[in-house]
Amino acid sequence: MVQAERRLKAGPTGPGGGATRRRARRFVLLLTFLLPALVLYTVFIIYPLISALQYSLFSWNGLQQGGFAGVSNFVDLFTKYPLSEQVPRALLHNCIFFVGTMLIQTTAGLLLAVLLHRSRRGKRFLQTSYILPHLVSPIVAGYLWSMMLNPQFGAVNAALKGIGLGSLAQPWRGDPHLALPVAILVNAWQWVGFPMLLFAAALAGIPEEYHEAARVDGASAWTSFRRVTFPLLTPVLGIVTVLTFIGNFNILDLIYALQGSKGNPSFSTDVLGLLFYRTAFESPDANAIGQSSALAVLMFVLIFGVSIVANRFFRRMEARLK
Amino acid sequence: MSTSVLEKPQVMAPQRRPRRRRPRTAVIASTALLWVYAAAALAPLIIMALGSLRTEQQLADQPIGFPLHPAFENYAKAWSEGGFSAYFINSIVVTVSSVVLGTGVAVLAAYPLARFRFPLSGLLSAYFLAGLMLPIRLGIKPVFFLLNSIGLIDSRIGLICVYAASGVPFGVFVLSAFFRALPNELEEAARIDGAGELRIFGQIMVPLVRPALTTVALFQFIPLWNDFFFPLVLVEDDKYTLPVGLTRFVAEFEAAHAQLYAGLVITTIPLVLLFLLATKQIVAGLTAGMTK
Repeated sequence: MVQAERRLKAGPTGPGGGATRRRARRFVLLLTFLLPALVLYTVFIIYPLISALQYSLFSWNGLQQGGFAGVSNFVDLFTKYPLSEQVPRALLHNCIFFVGTMLIQTTAGLLLAVLLHRSRRGKRFLQTSYILPHLVSPIVAGYLWSMMLNPQFGAVNAALKGIGLGSLAQPWRGDPHLALPVAILVNAWQWVGFPMLLFAAALAGIPEEYHEAARVDGASAWTSFRRVTFPLLTPVLGIVTVLTFIGNFNILDLIYALQGSKGNPSFSTDVLGLLFYRTAFESPDANAIGQSSALAVLMFVLIFGVSIVANRFFRRMEARLK
Repeated sequence: MSTSVLEKPQVMAPQRRPRRRRPRTAVIASTALLWVYAAAALAPLIIMALGSLRTEQQLADQPIGFPLHPAFENYAKAWSEGGFSAYFINSIVVTVSSVVLGTGVAVLAAYPLARFRFPLSGLLSAYFLAGLMLPIRLGIKPVFFLLNSIGLIDSRIGLICVYAASGVPFGVFVLSAFFRALPNELEEAARIDGAGELRIFGQIMVPLVRPALTTVALFQFIPLWNDFFFPLVLVEDDKYTLPVGLTRFVAEFEAAHAQLYAGLVITTIPLVLLFLLATKQIVAGLTAGMTK
């Protein structure tokens, strides 16, 4: 870096070319490199996000911006029917979704990574199989599972009957009590390869000597996992938790395909992402822009805030372990 | 001396069997579990692939089965009647252009940020980096108005701009890390030989970060190919990409399961092919964020 600078300063000077001209040339060069990304990023990412914040502070009259509204749009989210009913419910579903996903997907991912780390045959094939669902579009996953879970022609009930467990056959997507757990499982099916990969990479980085030392000291495999391996995986667990949290609070596509834009049956799978979409584009309310922007800001603060707090928490835990 | 996590703590384990047999059972159990889960992960995809080759009647009679006489007409119908040919082309055009544009501007920006020292360079890096944490979807309404006001609503170009911009933070982040790691000697040698800045960038630096470029491009490609939200809001019918096209197809041909399976396969195949071609790169990329 310093060399580049030195060179630019000490470059061959043409006749009459002073420091100003060199500086101008350097400026043009920098602009050539930086401007395209800067313009694209500012116009299509930063500006819209700042606008969303601004929109949330105004009342709207159809597509016209009305007066400054302060926090009233935010208050509306929790006091004005039907939002007052939908927002807390969607938030609760997101929380359940997050906890369920962490329990199922992260545990399974960790278990698979550990078992895979020790297995010798077919490692590559197994790893590929676990990751493949992750590559499929959430929309495809949603439709695929909605077809498989169909009570009449679905593969799931057919398979249950095939192995003599026909009594367990259910209208999986139609039962309000089952719909959310089923969505969590479908999501876990799609995502399990991701924590598995992260854990696998971390496991590969743990020196074998640690385990040997534990073994020499007479530790069983379980003790050695709990006392040696698991603490060394804490940083990855932190990353997985934060990424799972972000992913869950952004979830929309999978549920849209599985249960429609209203989170059927009777809003039992409704989440903030879907609610945000409906408020922004399907709401009959004249102040839809103000309200949907307030919801967007709320979601942003939630996702961003929790991610930062969680990050700090895991950093501290990591430090304590060392 | 192979052990497994399935093995119980020795203090608690009753000494019923000879010791050396226990690890073996554990190995068998863990191998079984690994293969059972692989089956669970793959079964839906296999059912999808097989289902796309069976007739509507066969699917109604038996949801799971093997296509003895592959019904390729499902693909033909989905492709022509279901509109998948148009969706497919839109997906290719939009995704490839976005990836090329996004990666292109990112590599340009990452270079001076990583290798030159100039006022505001730290601030600019932070500005780009912030994008990694911003949920872009939440700005969809302003994006909609913005594209509307500049005449890019319901246009592939508008979609491409938004997508390309969304890839900039990640691209700048990864590529500047790679640029920073390159030795200065190469650059100096080129300067002594009289190469200009643009030439050093294009002929020396960019080829050296090619692995990073591939990773960045792949990692933009996958989510953009799969994205459903932006095209749903920003474009209409004939400009839909595959994921949104699927939703329209489902709304229209709800009962045509065989064709729907074919549509799902058409949407998925490009990514699976890409993955099989670049498994290593994708796996490396998925775990790359860890060393941060």
